[in-house]
Amino acid sequence: MNFPHYKQEVLALTLRWVRRLSREKFSMLFTLVQPMLFWLIFFGSLFQRAADIEVLQAPNYMSFLAGGVVVMTVLNNGLAGGVDLLFDKENGFLERMMSTPIHRTSVILSRYLFVMAITGMQILVILGIAFLFGVTPITGLLGIGVIMIIGMLFGIGLTAISMAMAFSVKSHGDFFSMLGFLSLPMIFLSSALVPLSAMPGWMQAMAFLNPMTWVIDAVRPLIITGWEAAIPQVAMALVILAIFDAICLYGGAKAFQKAIG
Amino acid sequence: MNPAIEAKSLRKTYGSVTAIDDLSLTIHSGEIFGLLGPNGAGKSTTLRILITVLKPTSGTATVLGHDVVEEADTVRSLIGYVPQERAIDRFLTGREHLELLGDLYHLPKAHAQERIKELLKLVDLEEQADRAAKTYSGGMKRKLDIACGLLPNPKIVFLDEPTLGLDVQSRLRIWDYIRQLREQGITIVMTTNYLEEADQLCDRLAIIDGGKIKVIGSPKELKAGLGGDRLILTVKESQLEKLDQLSEGVKPLPYVRDIRKIDNGLDIRVESPEKSLPGVLEVANRIDCQIDGIEYHRPRLDDVFVSFTGHAIKGEYPEVVVEE
Ligand SMILES: Nc1ncnc2c1ncn2[C@@H]1O[C@H](COP(=O)(O)OP(=O)(O)OP(=O)(O)O)[C@@H](O)[C@H]1O
Ligand SMILES: [Mg+2]
Repeated sequence: MNFPHYKQEVLALTLRWVRRLSREKFSMLFTLVQPMLFWLIFFGSLFQRAADIEVLQAPNYMSFLAGGVVVMTVLNNGLAGGVDLLFDKENGFLERMMSTPIHRTSVILSRYLFVMAITGMQILVILGIAFLFGVTPITGLLGIGVIMIIGMLFGIGLTAISMAMAFSVKSHGDFFSMLGFLSLPMIFLSSALVPLSAMPGWMQAMAFLNPMTWVIDAVRPLIITGWEAAIPQVAMALVILAIFDAICLYGGAKAFQKAIG
Repeated sequence: MNPAIEAKSLRKTYGSVTAIDDLSLTIHSGEIFGLLGPNGAGKSTTLRILITVLKPTSGTATVLGHDVVEEADTVRSLIGYVPQERAIDRFLTGREHLELLGDLYHLPKAHAQERIKELLKLVDLEEQADRAAKTYSGGMKRKLDIACGLLPNPKIVFLDEPTLGLDVQSRLRIWDYIRQLREQGITIVMTTNYLEEADQLCDRLAIIDGGKIKVIGSPKELKAGLGGDRLILTVKESQLEKLDQLSEGVKPLPYVRDIRKIDNGLDIRVESPEKSLPGVLEVANRIDCQIDGIEYHRPRLDDVFVSFTGHAIKGEYPEVVVEE
């Protein structure tokens, strides 16, 4: 592999994703000011009084929800990360790119750079808004850094799932129905909106198997409890994410090979 | 000189569908080579294998001496590709498309800018170069497509149905570009399902149908190979029983080479319609067979197509029809 060439390709491809986003004003607005924000603001205010502080183990519902909303943002972003590749596949742009002497991984890598950058910015936007509503991450800037790292590690696996779907579906209708099929249960069968202890037993069992739960359980103490409670959770999340990412990347690589082979 | 492209027994299957089957061909340097066939014939599949984006199920192909599977990267750096679909990113401007491709072909920036300027001029898109492609007409998109294919200064350009869906003027324009490329020594490989395009533009062509090559040759050779002009007689239904008699009577005439029965008449190959027509009509008169229609024409590519595939490429029909 010729490194200067690789760099030239990947930068040009990444610039294309940025340009595409910046040309779609609406889409940019909705990407940066995620619909997830409304969850934070509306649900946060709506359930403020209905939620039981004892069950939540948090000072208020808004601060409980912030961690969940951060991870939901990562989820949405990651699962949508393959959409542009899906369109490229359908309209022949992918084939055009693949007919040039680029390294086969360049397109994927450029997409990752783009999705990760957007995800990072969104995490900051969400935490910023939460701050305006009085939620200050108790572990400070370092904690925010750890939240970003965990979020991106989760995003890597999710984006791989999305790209694998983009490369293997027959039509984009299939893609979007699979997306809906995946994302809602991932959110509701996790500790995003309510703690596991408040769930019926069968839901608890399913949420326990959901990587999202582990990620949220690491992010939340970083916001509301402090390092002591957070460190074991973060360590656990890193182990789970390593396994999750390995599986997703393997599946993604297989789907990609099959699609361009 | 080594051939530009050599394909040996290429085969591509998708599950139970065989897209191309035992396809072999040689394309010479500097020629315009056409793959002519109806929808679903396997033209794009063949092209995709040659440009390395699709691996053949079996068989091999080389482009400028490099294997399309083993040395795919080398092949990619030597060719340009203009896909069948308008592979355009609607949010990018024309210039941004070319800049992106410049980087994908690893051109140095200054050289790329130079080349982009030249190409925008060649395809006459200078004015629209900085507009988003979603504001382009179909013809403008096609021109941008072609500029993209030419950007790397390729030795071989592959064009998949370059004039599909364009108006007559744009089509002629694109034929012009293609001929200009040949002047510069570039080899052109294109697909088409327009007979006229294959006939006028291609130096040599392969007729492909059902994933198989039926015949390869220059349009002239192929037409000459049919042996003579066509004279087609049609009769009314009431006269159909006299066809055998008519056929017997015409057969011994001079200038007549071959006779085939068609649904409502005879399809006769003759050396010259002018010389053979009086004789044929005289036979018809003698046996009192009333002729309903006569048409004749020089052999055309559609005749070649029918004779090698057994069907017409589309509903295209002859122009010289003399009613009696
Ligand atoms: N990805 C695919 N999966 C399944 N079948 C395919 C695929 N691509 C092509 N085929 C089939 O292979 C055959 C040849 O297709 P191809 O696209 O090469 O035809 P073509 O000659 O280019 O046709 P057209 O003039 O319509 O572009 C068709 O029967 C088509 O349905
Ligand atoms: Mg085609």
